[in-house]
Amino acid sequence: MHITSAFPEPIVKLNELSIAELRRLLDNREVSAQDVLNDIMGRIDAVEDRVGAYVTVTRDAARAMAERADSALAARRAGLLTGIPLAIKDNICTMGIRTTCSSKILYNFVPPYESSVTSRFAEHGYVLTGKTNLDEFAMGSSTENSAFQTTRNPWNLECVPGGSSGGSAAAVAANECIAALGSDTGGSIRQPAALCGVVGLKPTYGRVSRYGLVAFASSLDQIGPITKNVTDAALMLNVIAGHDPLDSTSAPVEVPDYASFLGKEVRGLRIGIPKEYFIDGMHQEIDHSVRSAIRQLESLGAVPVEVSLPHTAYAVATYYILATSEASSNLARYDGVKYGFRAKGKDLVDMYMQTRAEGFGPEVKRRIMLGTYALSAGYYDAYYKKGQQVRTLIKQDFDKVFEDVDVIATPTTPSPAFRVGEKATDPLEMYLSDIFTISVNLAGVPAISLPCGFTGGNLPIGLQIIGRSFDEATILQAAYAFEQSTSWHTRRPLL
Amino acid sequence: MRRNYEAVIGLEVHAQMRTNTKIFCGCPTTFGAKPNTQTCPVCTGLPGVLPVLNRKALEFTVKTGLAMNCRISPYSRFARKNYFYPDLPKGYQISQYELPVCEGGWVDISVDGETRRIGITRIHMEEDAGKNIHEGGSYSYVDLNRACTPLMEIVSEPDIRSPKDAAQYMRKLRTILRYLGVCDGNMEEGSLRCDANISIRPVGQKEYGTRTELKNINSFRFVEKAIEYEIARQIRIVDEGGTVVQETRLWDSAAGVTQSMRSKEEAHDYRYFPDPDLTPIVVQQSWVDEIRASLPELPDAKQARYTSSFRLPEADADQLTAEQAVALWFEAAVAAGAPPKAVANWMMTELMKHLNDENRPIEECPVQPARLAGLIALIEQGIISGKIAKTVFEEMYATGRDADSIVKEKGLVQISDSGAIEQAVDDILAKHPGEVARYREGDEKLLGFFVGQLMRAMKGKANPQLANELLKKKLV
Repeated sequence: MHITSAFPEPIVKLNELSIAELRRLLDNREVSAQDVLNDIMGRIDAVEDRVGAYVTVTRDAARAMAERADSALAARRAGLLTGIPLAIKDNICTMGIRTTCSSKILYNFVPPYESSVTSRFAEHGYVLTGKTNLDEFAMGSSTENSAFQTTRNPWNLECVPGGSSGGSAAAVAANECIAALGSDTGGSIRQPAALCGVVGLKPTYGRVSRYGLVAFASSLDQIGPITKNVTDAALMLNVIAGHDPLDSTSAPVEVPDYASFLGKEVRGLRIGIPKEYFIDGMHQEIDHSVRSAIRQLESLGAVPVEVSLPHTAYAVATYYILATSEASSNLARYDGVKYGFRAKGKDLVDMYMQTRAEGFGPEVKRRIMLGTYALSAGYYDAYYKKGQQVRTLIKQDFDKVFEDVDVIATPTTPSPAFRVGEKATDPLEMYLSDIFTISVNLAGVPAISLPCGFTGGNLPIGLQIIGRSFDEATILQAAYAFEQSTSWHTRRPLL
Repeated sequence: MRRNYEAVIGLEVHAQMRTNTKIFCGCPTTFGAKPNTQTCPVCTGLPGVLPVLNRKALEFTVKTGLAMNCRISPYSRFARKNYFYPDLPKGYQISQYELPVCEGGWVDISVDGETRRIGITRIHMEEDAGKNIHEGGSYSYVDLNRACTPLMEIVSEPDIRSPKDAAQYMRKLRTILRYLGVCDGNMEEGSLRCDANISIRPVGQKEYGTRTELKNINSFRFVEKAIEYEIARQIRIVDEGGTVVQETRLWDSAAGVTQSMRSKEEAHDYRYFPDPDLTPIVVQQSWVDEIRASLPELPDAKQARYTSSFRLPEADADQLTAEQAVALWFEAAVAAGAPPKAVANWMMTELMKHLNDENRPIEECPVQPARLAGLIALIEQGIISGKIAKTVFEEMYATGRDADSIVKEKGLVQISDSGAIEQAVDDILAKHPGEVARYREGDEKLLGFFVGQLMRAMKGKANPQLANELLKKKLV
């Protein structure tokens, strides 16, 4: 590649564009998919050693996909994502491309099959840039639990990007891809999106197929987009939403054109403000930004209503019983017998124990032990069963509030990005990072996080908008209205 | 077994369902394929895969539940049974725990002419595990072809009181499952497996004794033997002043003994919990009604019909209804106009002897049911004798041809012309004056001798009744 000094640097680089903007340029043949990919790869070369967003950069696969995209564009057979470079969280299986879950135990696992979401992406012509870093098996809120590397927050390299989809959020924020997929079990899309100043959408449980998503907690896990703006989130959801015969928990509920809700006015939209999410002693700049955001929505005609979600206080405890119970079972298959890492052992049981002792990191082991305990004979009723009962109460809280309001607005996180290592030694403190996002997973409802301000230290702040089950359209509508009336989403970190 | 103890036995029977594909993926269930050729990401438990229920497996389970008089739960769930084993690719087995598909049924068994009702606690669905293969050397191998094959677990109440009853119960389950077409019932190939919970108690005592669970009973013969052995073992322990230990024991068929496998303390904590990957199973009543309407006539009903409408002895009815294919063959022959008892007699003697000798299923019987009816008609009409009929049957079995044409071709038509028989009688009496004299002096046993001679002379074709009559008349 050569750069001629005769031309000035273009003001806008391709890597800085959104899906919607690139779609137009690509469809008009103003740029090729290979141009876009080259620019992204150049950006990765420039910043990746500082950000560490990727576990694997799939240069060869990307090049082949970009070539195919150009052929499709030339033949006027472009899909919604043809030629768009996207990053995939490394717990979503990609056929023939290593999928590690950022765990030593799967360091060499190459799936012989494709996840349903990436199959749909492929049908729509996407270009895979690589597999992004995460907290091992999506267990964590900082990406520090990766067995391979700690991803850094592009806004401040001393800080974490959040997690567990920290690699995807950082890659989007750093323009190392145009958009990405994450997965969200207790906030793993929304929290890193908030901390990295991008948009993250967790769809309703059952809206998007989980087939090919390596399970952490099956009743809570959901795949969703992490994007530069709300429009892109709607475009990505259009591709991945809908029933999948390979996932019995994916719902046969009709999928609207989410993009068609963008630009609809929010006049009269009732916004619930749950008092349990605005408490004494919370981070002042976050409190201030989120309240300003609500006023902004009010100025657009929305109607704020104070509401109560009385079982909020039990959400974190409930989550850590149910999620760990499911995880203890979901992670049993990593036993060294069939694939992945295997340690030597004196006999079968010893091989199991050594493999799992060496293959899993401390947080994963902690959760397996917690979950195993909660499901044990004599404890099941006190923990798992009770947890399910409280989960029902939490869900009923939301059902009740949604009788009165259309969406709920809260902060996404209790604090902005924290420093690498700051909470690494205190799991409980780390668990509280998800205090505002966890209830949403327990209730199964959809929620989006989008930028609504910055701290004095120039760290992004996220606004969370929660909706009714299968009503992603309304939260996208509200989020878009807010986004378009502010400029927070236009800010990019200097790297 | 000493008279002062009684055994309390409950059976857990695993029946492999005859679906074309596995319970949670689309892989074929064919037996005997090369290792790991009938597998996919789902049944090998790769990261990220999800199970999807095979509707046929649910249908088969509902069918079985209805045939065994169970309640069909409108709402049931899958649960995970967690344990580590190399042949279990996910580290858990998808089974049902708190909410099975079928509950509270029964089957009747008949032992020594007495009918006993055995309660069915529940019937649930689950997936099978793979197979570990140990071929020597420092490695073991795992074959996952069988992994994810659909199983039904049929759990009985502890209503069984003797090894013989247990074996009879197993046979009855097999019969019903085969009637329904949901399981081939082959214990040797492992498509029907049985674990037994066994305890003893002094006769008259209400409380149960400590039970042991017996595994690895892999043939009908061993159901009786293994349980017999275990009961005797427990009685010996108690008689010697010891106590039975709650444990899982393994039947060693080669040695004919049961051996301790693991104690109660070593028992797994399976940590059952609802499988979040599978939505609750909702069974509509209308579907249950549809399945009920599609049930075939079951062995008990057939048996009752055979004794009442066909007036067959109970033993005949039992034997003819044990296999649906045999019963249907019988019914086809009767429908072709033959008297039921005559059909039963022919089937239970000549027909079964031939089929058993060749280990041939009745579906492949060379004689068609209507042709057996045709043979019987020839006897009834006096065209051939019963003795000739056996020869004709041999020919029918060998060639598949009908009785009529064989009889005509070979000239086997019975001679009922009294003139011809009379002529032959006169000849024989003339040839044997000594015997005639002795007969007339009162040695009436000699009649058989004359009949034999007559038949030989007439190549067996003389109408036996007429021959007898004429002989007696001329001998007076």
